[in-house]
Amino acid sequence: MAEQRVQWFKFASPPNFYDLAGRLAPWFGGLAAILFVVGLYVGFVLAPPDYQQGNSYRIMFIHVPTAWMSMFLYVLMAVYAAIGLIWRVKTAEVMAKAIAPTGALFTFLALWTGALWGKPTWGTYWVWDARLTSELILLFLYLGYMALHAAIEDRQRAANASAILALAGVVNVPIIYFSVVWWNTLHQGASITVTSAPTMETVMFSALMLMTFACWMYAIAVVLWRARLELLERERRAAWVLERMGEKA
Amino acid sequence: MNGLATALFTLLRRDLILALRRRQDALVVLGFFVVVVSLFPLGVGPDPQLLRSMAPGVLWVSALLATMLSLERLFSDDFRDGSLEQILLAPQPLSLMVMSKILAHWLITGLPLVLISPLLGMQLNLDGTEILTLMAALLLGTPILSLVGAIGAALTLGLRGGGVLISLLILPLYVPALVLGAGAVDAVMYGSSAQAHLSLMAALLILTLLLAPWAIAAALRIMSD
Repeated sequence: MAEQRVQWFKFASPPNFYDLAGRLAPWFGGLAAILFVVGLYVGFVLAPPDYQQGNSYRIMFIHVPTAWMSMFLYVLMAVYAAIGLIWRVKTAEVMAKAIAPTGALFTFLALWTGALWGKPTWGTYWVWDARLTSELILLFLYLGYMALHAAIEDRQRAANASAILALAGVVNVPIIYFSVVWWNTLHQGASITVTSAPTMETVMFSALMLMTFACWMYAIAVVLWRARLELLERERRAAWVLERMGEKA
Repeated sequence: MNGLATALFTLLRRDLILALRRRQDALVVLGFFVVVVSLFPLGVGPDPQLLRSMAPGVLWVSALLATMLSLERLFSDDFRDGSLEQILLAPQPLSLMVMSKILAHWLITGLPLVLISPLLGMQLNLDGTEILTLMAALLLGTPILSLVGAIGAALTLGLRGGGVLISLLILPLYVPALVLGAGAVDAVMYGSSAQAHLSLMAALLILTLLLAPWAIAAALRIMSD
């Protein structure tokens, strides 16, 4: 038991994390590429057209995974931020910062694909639906986090300050979500429900799952890569960085 | 214990005296609120029915913006003249000292917004009970705006362009207060009770009172060390 713990903490030290991430990231990246190709093939070629929406529903295979990822990643970012803030784990701080751009990208993609999906199904690119609105606010939260990180020059201080912002955000996200849902039902009456989708065929479901895993793998690969670069910049005077850079030069 | 109360009261009194000596700071916020609300009819047209249905949202959004305007100076003056450092070094818990400052901030900027809102509500054709609901909602909501805003003010302490940054950080977090506050007036307007909105707003205030001071204290320590 004790030995296992030591194993885990080993990878919290920047040089070990750097090496491990460097070894793992290409594998996750490769896996993401394969899953994307297979998932898109199953979703766009094998899956039959929907009896109501025709072919336009296929954007779901991109829209739904990105929307899931946008929310998971915010929580994950807040968890890493909390670990960094409480236990002063440098790699956790770096991970939190590395997750933010990927999370913002997924949020943006979810909004964009949602708008494209909305046009053929609802007849408009944008409705003030509760889900769309809270996703938009989530994008603002990501942007605020990144802006604060960028505005503070001292890296340690930037990490700590934006960690507090991430935690304040994560406490607020459920409150925002429920208030927006309530606001929506109050103002619009019965609105379009995205939840009451007809039961899905197995092919569609497997395409959705494949794409979700592809997004996860992509996110892990990109975040690890970004975290490695961030670590190099933060620790550029440390012996382990010089040692590794010296090897390559 | 007695020392704590004295410290909190002294800090509150000091902030209020400073605000009284520099009245323009508070008056500018109030003036901004009035001007922004008065611009809306010019933008959307003088139709009384339209103005009436827009009034809750217009008043609340203007209140949010006016509060944003006042946040930048919440800690920055104390940071510049060194008194923030004294507060940080004081033996009293920082989260409570911060509450004193926020109470002062609310008395100076939040309360005047509540007090002038009936006048603006009448301008936008709200009737008696709607105005009362608006005041109640603002009374519960403006402390939330001060508390949450103080987190942003503390996080942008000493940064260049901090004022603009605060709005990006804090406005998304203001969404629940905006929805509940404007919703309360809407509910009365459409003939139902505002009790649910006001109860939830009070719950939100209690939650914010509980959590925000910790975040503000932590942010102040990070940004001023």
